[in-house]
Amino acid sequence: MKQTRIFLMMILVCLVAKLSAQSPISKSVMDNGKTIYLSRCLACHQVDGGGVPRLNAPLDGASAVIAADKAKLIRIVLKGYSDRVEIDGEYYSNNMAGHADLKDQQIADVLTYIRNSWSNKASAVTAAEVKAIRAKLK
Amino acid sequence: MRKSISLCLMALGLSISQLFAHSGDSTKIASKAILPDADNAGLKLPAGFGALKVADSVGRARHIAITDKGTIYVKLSRLVNGKGIVMLRDNDGDGRAEEKGSFGDFGGTGIAISGKWLYASSDQEVFRYALTPEGSLVNPMSPQKIVTGLINRRQHESKSIALDGKGNIYVNIGAFSNSCQEKDRQKGSMGMMPCPVLDSAGGIWKFDAEKSDQTYGDGKRFATGLRNVVGLDWNKQNNQLFVMQHGRDQLHDLFPDLYDQKTNAEKPAETMYALKEGSNAGWPYVYFDPELKQKIVAPEYGGDGKKVSTDPAFQDPAIAFPAHMAPNALLFYTGNQFPAKYKNGAFVAFHGSWNRAPLPQEGYFVAFVPFENGKPTGQWEIFANGFAGVEVVTGTKGAQHRPCGLAQGPDGSLYVTDDSKGTIYRIMYNGK
Repeated sequence: MKQTRIFLMMILVCLVAKLSAQSPISKSVMDNGKTIYLSRCLACHQVDGGGVPRLNAPLDGASAVIAADKAKLIRIVLKGYSDRVEIDGEYYSNNMAGHADLKDQQIADVLTYIRNSWSNKASAVTAAEVKAIRAKLK
Repeated sequence: MRKSISLCLMALGLSISQLFAHSGDSTKIASKAILPDADNAGLKLPAGFGALKVADSVGRARHIAITDKGTIYVKLSRLVNGKGIVMLRDNDGDGRAEEKGSFGDFGGTGIAISGKWLYASSDQEVFRYALTPEGSLVNPMSPQKIVTGLINRRQHESKSIALDGKGNIYVNIGAFSNSCQEKDRQKGSMGMMPCPVLDSAGGIWKFDAEKSDQTYGDGKRFATGLRNVVGLDWNKQNNQLFVMQHGRDQLHDLFPDLYDQKTNAEKPAETMYALKEGSNAGWPYVYFDPELKQKIVAPEYGGDGKKVSTDPAFQDPAIAFPAHMAPNALLFYTGNQFPAKYKNGAFVAFHGSWNRAPLPQEGYFVAFVPFENGKPTGQWEIFANGFAGVEVVTGTKGAQHRPCGLAQGPDGSLYVTDDSKGTIYRIMYNGK
């Protein structure tokens, strides 16, 4: 009986651990991300994350932003983007500058912010993930 | 086999020309009064004016041209069912188009009528189609390619056109850059000296309106230092080309130590220029400051936000407008339907801004610019507003309709296109 209770408790602990690994994005990460967004992204991607039709890609609801594969998103922020890009059936033509001068944590925070703002809901981006992609680009 | 294919193509061409040729006689302008929509198509207009929707959802309607018998041609930036030009006709005289056709396998912005020809541009070429006396196309399947090989590097790629009626066509080739930085739109990146973009873009090129397959070597750089012109029109009073320049973006993003966000939202001006051969409007080296009313040295070229340019090579604008509103069409009004004050003045369609964030966006209206003796008086006013459908546009995507093209109908009505929802508006004067 006692063993069963310990077993159940262990399952509970594991469940809580798993949930916390997935969901909670701290307010400080979102706040830091928003600060970066306002200074680096706002002009083109707009207050509502809607971008500018045909010029600047939208972030809100964009499949590339909320994709499970975060590597492409990290690469775009580090290197910028100068190809005509199709996102969800629409083309965008303005060049995006690279932001490699931002620290890994800053890039992680702003990406976590855009992946969890407006109607977006996706997993956080970590500084380690940014660091790994940055190392590959060098 | 080859012969039967060409026969088949000929038959197809014939049937399409018939499609465009039919109902020629019924396009005459009805004499009865055309009633505006009850809500004036959602527009706010001066007293005495009304508006209706000629057509809706035609595609990304950029520029528009109308024949002397009232057939409307609209250029689409993106193909709809493989076609890039829409033809609209009102056959029953109620002002709304019930006949619709489409042709042309290229997307683009420019379209204009000169004499018996309809000219239209892709983002790297200019074509023309012969018109019948009734305003139909003689052969919609095979246009003559007038100009080819123009630079298209996506940014500012649209090739707007205007004709002088004397055998010349003027083509805008927009700069594939914001401010000719070594790294486009990169914070702190300095300007290239001299700016290499200007060799093949950032100006207006002049070509023969009749010769086939011309490219840079056959034409002439008519005016330079123009970042991007979408709206342009030939002024018949002055015999002169007038253009509207889209001013540069992102002063704050690129040089935050020199420009705060509010300054960025208000500068630089959107500008109108009266061009002569050899005109230089100064991009990327200078911009026009609407507050200081001076040409200011760009930060990429050593400016500090206040330093006035003394270079005599650079021309002053004919009139300046608030920043970032994106003037996409210019039309000199020569009709008699509107009250006298409008005659020979200019209408400007402002597509609406994106570069004012975090402040609310502006534009999304058609302005009127009074002229006296071939020059702007210095005043301007909002003529038609309400396209956006919302009181405040916080993000550009929130605007429902965006004015992009202007044309004058044979009865003096003003037509406005919208490249967001594809609405074609007709504005009329009903007052006495």
